[in-house]
Amino acid sequence: MMLEKKRILSCENLWIGYDNKPIVKDFNLEIYEGDYITVIGENGVGKSTLIKTILGLLTPISGRVIKDMKGKGGIGYLPQQTRVQRDFPASVYEVVISGFLNRANKRPFYSLAEKKEAMKNMDLLRILDLKNKCYRELSGGQQQRVLLARALCASNHFLVLDEPVSGLDPEAAKDLYSNLKEINEKRNMAILMISHDIQNALVQADKVLHMKKDSWYLELGGKKDETFI
Amino acid sequence: MKLLFEMLSYPFMQRAFEVGIMVSLCSALLGVSLVLKRYSMIGDGLSHVSYGALSIALAFGLAPLEVSIPVVIIAAFFLLRITQNSRIRSDAAIALVSSASLAVGVIVTALTTGLNTDVCGYMFGSILAMSQKDVKLSIFLSIVVILLFIFCYHKIFAVTFDETFANATGVNVNFYHSMLAVLTAVTIVLGMRMMGAMLISSLIIFPALTSMRVVKTFFGVVILSGILSVVCFVIGIIGSYRFSTPAGASVVIVNLAVFLFFVLIEKLRKA
Repeated sequence: MMLEKKRILSCENLWIGYDNKPIVKDFNLEIYEGDYITVIGENGVGKSTLIKTILGLLTPISGRVIKDMKGKGGIGYLPQQTRVQRDFPASVYEVVISGFLNRANKRPFYSLAEKKEAMKNMDLLRILDLKNKCYRELSGGQQQRVLLARALCASNHFLVLDEPVSGLDPEAAKDLYSNLKEINEKRNMAILMISHDIQNALVQADKVLHMKKDSWYLELGGKKDETFI
Repeated sequence: MKLLFEMLSYPFMQRAFEVGIMVSLCSALLGVSLVLKRYSMIGDGLSHVSYGALSIALAFGLAPLEVSIPVVIIAAFFLLRITQNSRIRSDAAIALVSSASLAVGVIVTALTTGLNTDVCGYMFGSILAMSQKDVKLSIFLSIVVILLFIFCYHKIFAVTFDETFANATGVNVNFYHSMLAVLTAVTIVLGMRMMGAMLISSLIIFPALTSMRVVKTFFGVVILSGILSVVCFVIGIIGSYRFSTPAGASVVIVNLAVFLFFVLIEKLRKA
């Protein structure tokens, strides 16, 4: 028998969308420690909207998102195509450590422990040697790993990723997937990832959330658990 | 050196130095964020608003600073916020606000006092314009800006680098935008009378752009911008005294020269 897993987040009867026009209706989801969930579906069915709501960037029309993460930092977020200007001067280290921002809310500076953890995260993602490099001069795959290291600094239990492999070459995408797997297994971090790369998404994840216009269902290890509205 | 002491023996020059150094430091620090967030033109827009407000204040015999600071702060809010829920794009909004307030300013002065030297001073700057009150205000302002940079440095970095991520991790992005707007507005009102409405935006843009040529970290850019801005200002104002050229324009020319020099360094490094 498996040990009871701790729930870290649940969505209850969520109706979400923009300007009071619901895109996703009556959505329910529970996320536990160590979950690896991918979200797949066509463009415009509200995948990004759902993620923004979970992150608290959008207020749901009705229903609620309950976060159950006591004193463990927030959610680590890897945005879709970060709109960072091409000429932005920032070193890899500066970008990574900025992930601690939410934990160091009242303090103006980062602590020694945080600096050490940033190093550890960079080491895990094999970007430690790029530490003093300029972020804008890195390849797409390297940039994604830097942003992933930043997300790891922001949270040690829950990562949210919005199409992390779009725009990466197959090799870099493979690397990123193995990084995610490692983080998921070694650190027992829950992962929620939007993906268009259905093949890999199905292999990697232990739950797949299919989103369609006006409906959604969760697939559990080949066993369909349909919950149509 | 003798020239410098001779200059500083005039009280108006001392005031110009004090205000100028403070304003160039503040505008360089704020400028790094503004340039990187693609708000470079906001300085230009706000200085025109400030011009409009000043000419109305002059026409009605009101105190110039008391009128223009609140007006420019409101305009800054409007311009920085408009990008968030954008029906009009921010570059268009800036052009709109800036030309409209310039037009208002010109008409008001033409109808009342006529285009006299005061107005000319606002357009192109005058080192004679600094009063004791300006000195106090600019020292106060620069202390606020520097403290803000020290205590909110990491948040400013996060908001500038990646707004979505900062927002998702719980930073109040709107608060930092508003703060940036207020401080930029006050810096511009203080600086424009010395630098001139047409030239003040260079203080915001040049130091950041110049530093970005050679420095690759955000921290480095912030520090170098501050230093370059003050150095360029001092050289510019000494030059303007020595060759009797307008102060604002001289400072801009020095900034341009340094910028070109840094571009050259960048090119040589790459080669």
